Amino acid sequence: MKDAFGAPQSLLILGGTSEIGLAVARRLIARRTRTVRLAGRPSPDLETAADSLRALGADVTTVPFDALDPAAHEEILGKVFADGDIDMVLLAFGVLGDQANDEGDPAAAVRVAQTNYTGAVSAGLVCATALQNQGHGSLVVLSSVAGERARRTNFIYGSSKAGLDAFAQGLGDALHGTGVHVMVVRPGFVRSRMTAGLPDAPLSTTPEAVALAVEQGLRRRSELVWVPGTLRVVMSALRHVPRPLFRRLPV
Amino acid sequence: MAADTRTTPTTDADDPFVSVTGWGRTAPSTAYLWRPRTHEQAAAAVREWGARGGIARGLGRAYGDAAQNAGGCVLDMTGLDRIHSIDVTAGTVVCDAGVSLHRLMEVLLPLGWFVPVSPGTRYITVGGAIGASVHGKNHHVSGAFTRHVSAFDLLLPDGSVRTVTPGTDLFDATAGGMGLTGVVLAAVIRLHRVETSYMLVDTERATDLDDVLARLAADAERHRYSVAWIDLLARGRSTGRSVITRGDHAPLAALPARARRAPLAFRPGTLPPAPAAVPPGLLNRATVGLFNEFWYRTSPRAGSGRLQRLTAFFHPLDGVPHWNRVYGRNGFVQYQFVVGHGQEETLRRIVRRIARRGCPSFLAVLKRFGASDPGWLSFPVPGWTLALDIPAGLPGLGAFLDELDEEVVGAGGRVYLAKDSRVRPEALAAMYPRLDEFRALRARTGADRVFTSDLSRRLSL
Repeated sequence: MKDAFGAPQSLLILGGTSEIGLAVARRLIARRTRTVRLAGRPSPDLETAADSLRALGADVTTVPFDALDPAAHEEILGKVFADGDIDMVLLAFGVLGDQANDEGDPAAAVRVAQTNYTGAVSAGLVCATALQNQGHGSLVVLSSVAGERARRTNFIYGSSKAGLDAFAQGLGDALHGTGVHVMVVRPGFVRSRMTAGLPDAPLSTTPEAVALAVEQGLRRRSELVWVPGTLRVVMSALRHVPRPLFRRLPV
Repeated sequence: MAADTRTTPTTDADDPFVSVTGWGRTAPSTAYLWRPRTHEQAAAAVREWGARGGIARGLGRAYGDAAQNAGGCVLDMTGLDRIHSIDVTAGTVVCDAGVSLHRLMEVLLPLGWFVPVSPGTRYITVGGAIGASVHGKNHHVSGAFTRHVSAFDLLLPDGSVRTVTPGTDLFDATAGGMGLTGVVLAAVIRLHRVETSYMLVDTERATDLDDVLARLAADAERHRYSVAWIDLLARGRSTGRSVITRGDHAPLAALPARARRAPLAFRPGTLPPAPAAVPPGLLNRATVGLFNEFWYRTSPRAGSGRLQRLTAFFHPLDGVPHWNRVYGRNGFVQYQFVVGHGQEETLRRIVRRIARRGCPSFLAVLKRFGASDPGWLSFPVPGWTLALDIPAGLPGLGAFLDELDEEVVGAGGRVYLAKDSRVRPEALAAMYPRLDEFRALRARTGADRVFTSDLSRRLSL
């Protein structure tokens, strides 16, 4: 169960090798989390991630999960919930893709969309039903500032996150009053493995900062969290910039 | 007062699934609500509810998650509200568990009897008073509520009913057992004789914590009721400054002629309810500091023999319906702990830490407990108890209270489960040494598979 400050005792991370996901896990293990389920494609990385959390004292098991195989989601995630209540699900999987390459390789672009959007729709709905049956819990969805307005430089990734963001908001409304809380997290540019090699963007952030924002959001039962918080203001201005002008902005 | 149950119906009025929280309004969860009108209906509910079990709920005054059960059933006991019989000569009452202390006072006071123990609110049920083994300002002389219960009917996991009397394992597991051994259906309670519905109240100010401890320890037995309001925002030399209130039931002779015409009248005053929406952060260090300063300064330095209405003395907050809303949507937590005699240094350290941190708490109460009560998970032990309300939205509060828990455990003390919504499960065994016996009894009777609450899940009770 979550305590009065929203700190969960059990955590399921979809995308078990995600740096943000693991930063969130570390932060929550320092509070109340004792049970962690890391779902992801079986790999040495996933086992290393599990070991790193075990070293902090948590009971960690890995779950074979592939965002690109939605047909298996119900069965795999069903088993996780059958094992005991999950107080918080963190939907953290996603790929950035390679925009320049993917524009010329539609199959690769579709894989980005299928991972980030289709896979999330399937896994999100499966978890939402399970959370609803247990009458409590949070579904935290890692969206992105990139989904707020499509940019020339990464609109394939951005559009998949836009879809995910809209889906998660709607799901949150659908679950309102059921005891289940959906929180959409919109980080800006996060310095991590995923963005290694990319030029740093203004208002960039870190996995640890996202983790802190998630913990605070749980405490406040927030529905939408920006990281850093100043992005809320910046983006509410940017989204109204006329397109001819937006195209020329160095964003 | 149906609204007092703090169950908010979902959009569909016929849908029995409701979002449930405790009085602190933190950590909501959804459950299927049953409202039995008879003992048989309650038994049927227990037999029929599914794998996620159920828990009895009264008027929802437990601060944390003791009376909610995510994804399972919540048995709203307020429909079981019959007073079966009153023995006016011996001073006992037999009533259903869903009867509130408010209702008992309404009925019993005109007959010259009063409930033996009342916490800071009279909007709790008899079942809740037994399940939480509540205490009042008279704990040093009267003990907890359960000490005055001669018997109760308990609905067991298989749907059968057993009459349970003091001195048995089932009684001791149920007294303070947070509803996890079964559902109390009815109880026999021994009452306290009074001549009037007024109190004779003495008030005095204590300048700091040592002063208040000394004053509360001196003549502890002279007054039936005693408590200290403590200003936890005061720092430096005035750390722990307090207003001590002590009282006794006023004899008829103490009443002025006008009041003697209806000496036993029960007249609770009610103010307008707190607004439904309050901005979070209304209660901060500045506003609470002002309130505390005002409260301390306007309390008489020393006053004795003041006549006060019983409800004003016992339940000042009950005059403001939904006062819990003033903490805004983030809600609040209550932290109540006890440390034994000889552990005053721990108490001092905790008070200093709270004062240094500036926790905006204007409902901080210090009380001296008397002898322990039966009940494996019963809270009171002889010593000092401090209770304070804190807005849950305060950054870093969870970690801070964990640190205070360590101080409390280090001194052999404990926190009160009826108010808890956040204690670390690992800390619990040290606080309640008979926890294993409690768990074993639950396993033996099958209660662990039938009676479940968010509290029991959170703390593996």
